[in-house]
Amino acid sequence: MNTKRIGAAATLALAGSLSLAACGSASNGGSTTSSSSTGASDTASSSCGTAPIKSSGSTAQQNAMDQAIAAYTAKCASAKVTYNGVGSGQGITDFIGKQTAFAGSDSALSPDKGEPAKAQAACGSPAWDLPMVVGPIAVAYNVKGVSKLTLTPDLIAKIFSGKITKWDDPAIAARNSGVSLPATPISVFFRSDSSGTTDNFTKYMNTVDPTDWPTKHNKSWDGKVGQGKPKSAGVGQAVQATDGGITYAEWSYAIVNKLNMAELDSGAGPVALTPETAGKAIAAATQTGTGNDLSLKLDYKTKAAGVYPIVLATYEIVCSKYADPTVAANVKAFLTYMASSEFQGTLASVGSAPLPPAFQTKVQAAIQAIS
Amino acid sequence: MSSTGASIIDELPGPDGRRPLSGDQAGTGRLGDRIFKAAASGAGGIVVVLVVLVGAFLLITAIPALRGNTANFFTSRDFTTSPLHFGIVQLLWTTVMSSIIALVIAVPFAIAIALFLTQYAPRWLARPGAAVIDLLAAVPSIVYGLWGAYVVAPKFVPVQDAIQTVFGWVPFLKGVPSVSGGTTILFVGLILSIMILPIITAISREVFAQTPMTHKEGAIALGATKWEMIRTAVLPFGKPGVISASMLGLGRALGETIAVMLILSTIPNGAPWTWSFFNGGSTFASLIASNAPEAISDMRQMGAYIAAGLVLFVLTFVVNVIARVIIERRKAFTE
Amino acid sequence: MTTTTPEIERPIVPGLGGRSASRTVKNTVATAAVWLAFLIALIPLVWILWTVFSRGFGSLLHVSWWQKDQSGAGAPAFDHSLRGARHAVVGTLLMGLATAVIAIPIAVLTAIYLVEYGRGRVARAVSFMVDIMSGIPSIVAALFVYAVWVTTLGWTLIPLCSSLALVLLMVPVVTRSSEEMIKLVPNELREASYALGVPKWRTILRVVLPTCFSGIVTGALLGLARVMGETAPLLLLASYTQYLNQNVFSGSMAALPTLINTQSLNIAVPIAADRVWGAACTLIILVLAMNLLGRFIARFAKVHK
Repeated sequence: MNTKRIGAAATLALAGSLSLAACGSASNGGSTTSSSSTGASDTASSSCGTAPIKSSGSTAQQNAMDQAIAAYTAKCASAKVTYNGVGSGQGITDFIGKQTAFAGSDSALSPDKGEPAKAQAACGSPAWDLPMVVGPIAVAYNVKGVSKLTLTPDLIAKIFSGKITKWDDPAIAARNSGVSLPATPISVFFRSDSSGTTDNFTKYMNTVDPTDWPTKHNKSWDGKVGQGKPKSAGVGQAVQATDGGITYAEWSYAIVNKLNMAELDSGAGPVALTPETAGKAIAAATQTGTGNDLSLKLDYKTKAAGVYPIVLATYEIVCSKYADPTVAANVKAFLTYMASSEFQGTLASVGSAPLPPAFQTKVQAAIQAIS
Repeated sequence: MSSTGASIIDELPGPDGRRPLSGDQAGTGRLGDRIFKAAASGAGGIVVVLVVLVGAFLLITAIPALRGNTANFFTSRDFTTSPLHFGIVQLLWTTVMSSIIALVIAVPFAIAIALFLTQYAPRWLARPGAAVIDLLAAVPSIVYGLWGAYVVAPKFVPVQDAIQTVFGWVPFLKGVPSVSGGTTILFVGLILSIMILPIITAISREVFAQTPMTHKEGAIALGATKWEMIRTAVLPFGKPGVISASMLGLGRALGETIAVMLILSTIPNGAPWTWSFFNGGSTFASLIASNAPEAISDMRQMGAYIAAGLVLFVLTFVVNVIARVIIERRKAFTE
Repeated sequence: MTTTTPEIERPIVPGLGGRSASRTVKNTVATAAVWLAFLIALIPLVWILWTVFSRGFGSLLHVSWWQKDQSGAGAPAFDHSLRGARHAVVGTLLMGLATAVIAIPIAVLTAIYLVEYGRGRVARAVSFMVDIMSGIPSIVAALFVYAVWVTTLGWTLIPLCSSLALVLLMVPVVTRSSEEMIKLVPNELREASYALGVPKWRTILRVVLPTCFSGIVTGALLGLARVMGETAPLLLLASYTQYLNQNVFSGSMAALPTLINTQSLNIAVPIAADRVWGAACTLIILVLAMNLLGRFIARFAKVHK
């Protein structure tokens, strides 16, 4: 039954059957090797949780999380993981309120809001931010007759701030020679609900082009033009239905809505959004957390070739030491699976990018340190 | 005093010169009476306590945010929570207008349908007809939202364009180019009217059906046509009930959350302002719902949204005062 | 029933009984308008039902829809198995039941208080509070429960919390409709009962309530129908789960609206759209079935009397 469920995905079915065999032989916690560098050698030996665990948070990683849970429970029939896409803020609140075993969040715990301290109080131990899923943000558009579009950071900021209002604006045309741009007015769509995606996207624009996007990053939209639509599904559908529409959305939702995605030219030529180009952005990120707290600072201004810098690192926020050892074992088992290259390799198909191998190792080490 | 439930024995002196039994003392203090009265009053008490608690919760949460607010709460159209800079003009306008549009469309229909079902419809149609209208109430709001946003709105675009072309000179009906796809205040009002129609119809229907036969027969006997009978007997009898039903409907429209959130395009803070019904916007409830999941981790931010919720609370309060005045005046007038 | 002396505003038309042309025309126009209103109201109804049933009914025909939950469901682009909505159907019914059990007694008793007992300022205050309560937006009700249950008391959310938020929404609706219905019971009935020496509470229970029973049931079911389809409070309180949970006192519990909400994130994907409209269809049928049940009960009660 389980293999039938995921039969559609050949890679996953393969992974599932491999690890099903592994599952039987595995004993319990701590048996996982965290070598996880490049090879496919580590598809084995993550253990299975037995008790149900509850988690909630960001919708940006909802699809990745659903996929992880499906694959994990396919190989571990005894395990039950619930992930609720309620939004990062509520995810963190639920976690601090001891409602959930871990939280999914688009941003690390914020010291400005005193979240690490509150989380520590709830856990009885420091909480760690573990980057788990890389969610690239696509700049998705719908212009009749235009299937390939290149934008630069300042073009993005100018379009979303309303300084460029027509698709045939010379500034856009200059970057897209050979593409015949119509005179359609640009319709900007933004998320009407507060979201980590908006937060990261505005942070990107504010970093790369503070003259055109002077306001600081914000979870709700601070622009002057456009119209808001609910959730990624809403903006996706709106762009699909509107000639001249443009929006930003997590890659997975741009894919399911079959939207065209702009290539990004940060200075070293146009870069299309692929798992590799997004992964490079994470690889270039600097770690701001200490020890096993792996919160990241992304380098949006990078001019390196082949990097797609508008990415969202979505974290799982966990306790470093759980009051209840069964919870700890279950969380470890699930996250170990999620961070394994076996699972990370399948992420591209659900519209997320895998963690770069070096990071997988770090994350695995941190997961092993959970107790 | 005209309230029902009061009895003539309330005014007559009791036996043995005891003081007259009034209202709640109609029972004579038997144990069952006391218990039952206590239960009924207790339930009323629970309602009061709950509302007071909700009000207190709203106030306590809202005050810190209101203190930190850098904009004028009553005159600003912006709503930003970081930094705290928020006002309610846009929300109030959108909420009130979408609900009024809904009411203006729904109430005449509801009255007409209720009359149809109670006075006009042939017997074989009355019962199923009522069930059919009740069916509209069986559709959950999230389904109205999805249906409105994904199915109806695109089809409604030409209608709105036509209205804009013909009536564009009316200030409220000017076209707003920045809101596309038909997802306007007017459209939300239309969907809300469909949502509140069954609740107003159901109550109006029950009330009309209770018109005393003597009143109706009297009117007919005096030579009234059917319509005159309705106008002179049924409608006056049902008026307080209809108003009360409309207020229930209005309450629902004002507070409707998920459907509005799914349908209505929001507009950015800095957008040029227009009073047109073809603008987008947020209602109090939809604003709170779309932002609460992220804001709940920060009580100061949450406070800003709760402050908006508080205004909605007060708004309902005002609406109900008005409704009450209407009903009371009507009573006084009739007697 | 003292308020309702009909005022015949227009004196009898002079002449020998013939109706003036304008009166006849008015009457015809009114008849036509009333018919037309009913027919127009059918348009959105047919449209929305067509949308939901044409897109969702297919899902309901799968046996697995009723037997399975969504456990094992992956990302929609990846996953082509419909699975079932059993977890959500059970969740909706259980939460609805819990809500009804708490809300209906409070609401009906409050209505009885307002009509039969309450006089003066206190009653006015209660009545007013009911109106205010009907203005509490669902999301605020949810925030209130969250603030009390989690922030203040520090308890773990359980499915019952959603029911508590829904109670806040259901009580005013049911109170108002019950109140209207109880008010419509002719006073003569009460007086006749008192005259026979029946205590007030027995009069209410045996005379007043049975007389307006069908109205109260209709109101209660409309109220329940409203809250069973509520989504906003559940988003905050009833964390959605893919698994079946039959205990309202622990864990998280799915409901049809939250199933719709979760899957609608990917509504552009056919399998997710099937689940969305399937769940919508199920929810409508569920509410409908309850309405029919309520009607049946009401009629049965009448016959019994």
